[in-house]
Amino acid sequence: MSATTQTVPPLIATPIRSARRPRRQLRTWLVAGAAYLVAVIFLLPYLEMLVMAGRPDNELGQATILPSHWTFSNFTTLWSASAGDLGGSIGTSLEIAAGATTLVLLVALPAAYYTARHRFRGRLGFLLLVLATQMFQPAAMLVGLQREFSNFSWASPTVSLIIINAGFNMAFAVWILNAFFTSIPVELEEAAMVDGLGKVGALLRITLPLAAPGIVTALIFTFISAWNEFLVALTLSLGEPTNQQPLTVAINQYIGEYSVDWGHLFAAGLVATVPVIILFAIIERRVVGGLTAGGVK
Amino acid sequence: MPALRRLSPLLWLGPAIALIGLVVLWPVVVMVQSSFQNISGIGFVAGYNGTANFRTLFDDPNFVSVLVRTVIWVVVVVSITVLISLGLAQLFNQRFPGRRVARWALIIPWAASVMMTALIFKWALDPNVGVINVILHHIGVVKHLGSTQADWLGNPTSALLWMMGVAVFVSLPFTTYAILSGLQGIPQEVYEASAIDGATSWKSYLRVTLPLLRPAIVVATLINVINVFNSFPIIWEMTGGGPGYQTATSTIFMVDLKQGNVGESASMSTINFLLVIVIVVVYLAATGWKEQVDR
Repeated sequence: MSATTQTVPPLIATPIRSARRPRRQLRTWLVAGAAYLVAVIFLLPYLEMLVMAGRPDNELGQATILPSHWTFSNFTTLWSASAGDLGGSIGTSLEIAAGATTLVLLVALPAAYYTARHRFRGRLGFLLLVLATQMFQPAAMLVGLQREFSNFSWASPTVSLIIINAGFNMAFAVWILNAFFTSIPVELEEAAMVDGLGKVGALLRITLPLAAPGIVTALIFTFISAWNEFLVALTLSLGEPTNQQPLTVAINQYIGEYSVDWGHLFAAGLVATVPVIILFAIIERRVVGGLTAGGVK
Repeated sequence: MPALRRLSPLLWLGPAIALIGLVVLWPVVVMVQSSFQNISGIGFVAGYNGTANFRTLFDDPNFVSVLVRTVIWVVVVVSITVLISLGLAQLFNQRFPGRRVARWALIIPWAASVMMTALIFKWALDPNVGVINVILHHIGVVKHLGSTQADWLGNPTSALLWMMGVAVFVSLPFTTYAILSGLQGIPQEVYEASAIDGATSWKSYLRVTLPLLRPAIVVATLINVINVFNSFPIIWEMTGGGPGYQTATSTIFMVDLKQGNVGESASMSTINFLLVIVIVVVYLAATGWKEQVDR
């Protein structure tokens, strides 16, 4: 290493300072150009959905990149019973995603708060269990899930999907909420209690509002993954009328044995995708920390 | 009241433990149990079956090739994903105007359902009118639209390569973000010190950045291994695992078996689950989980 230290020409940069600035600017624009190119590549497949949804039926068989005319009819007929009654599926997906989100919050909030504030026997065991469940996905135990929940006469496919989605997303919520509660000083709660707020009051008025960003992140994350879930939804809602299936399953009704209704399929796909992309953009910066459970630091 | 005190953790953690028990632990029990049962197509249990399901599975001519394909699928997709993500993270860690907007575009495949992304690529690879084929035809790679050459998904090898591409595409956002957050944890002084040492940017990347990124790369790799191993929608939508089982991984194979032989499917599921356990144990050991929870 010392050899390289000696071979450094010491003052090479200083005399041409004025010439360096445009070079640095050039570099910035090259970097920006490359990044924009990557961004466009990531965007293009989803723009293609728009191109297909806006293509008139009589141009579906043409080998052209863009249609010569645009139509919105796919978006307007999507809601009729003959073209799939997408409204019913959206309702089912909303029920599942909102139900799973509520359940996750009810279950994860107390667990995350208690493990952040107290040291007790079994704490490590519990956190290990949570960490391990984050690694398991429904695909690895699908047969068990299907056989277990088909035995529950009280659980409709929608209720089953609420519980299952909540179960597999709870770990993320516990993890991110635990980190938030840990970062909020206990003294704040204690001060509030001295000021006359009870223990519950301090929790509701001080701690929960401070943990709000974590709660929102956990909410949106659970909502999106329940909304997008496909394999369990397909397994449990097969045989239901399509307007009672969640969106990811119902969209497959446009795929027939001999032909595919690409126009409606991608119009429905856009309706299903655009809202979650916006939601995801809101929590974008916090998601990685929760997913990698603090391993990336 | 000491007895009540000892019970209070259960009050706070009970619902979470119950949910994990109902949705994660109990299905595992049912699954393993099913793998030793004789189950008819409609789900009727006709009794204990010993190891017959496993023997049927091991004797299945597709079993070994499906396992080998699964390993190739995971190794290729994850390693290419991590390599590209290292580059992307480096790029998106630079300062440039419009960085936030560019990063938003990067998350789209992560936010969108993988099933939808798979369907877009299935459409784009349509041999007659798919937009990828139309473009490839324009630049002369595909000689004739509608030919077997344009039917990428009809040929097991090219289908698998395209599906690996889609799997890499949907894995890139998370991996890039994980490495990005690792990069942001490296203090600026480290780079300055290595610049004073006269290291070129490439050398300082190999000697300084990469070793410091190791924890981020390990975590991102293992999470990807699990995701890609369990990946279902891509292959299911694009080829359904066909022709035959020539493009099926073990997850697809398991789902497909479920329609004919539930017991054999449960056996495949059990083996998949054991493989996931191995990955999880490696993950927990590699990340030092105790230090994380003992903050």
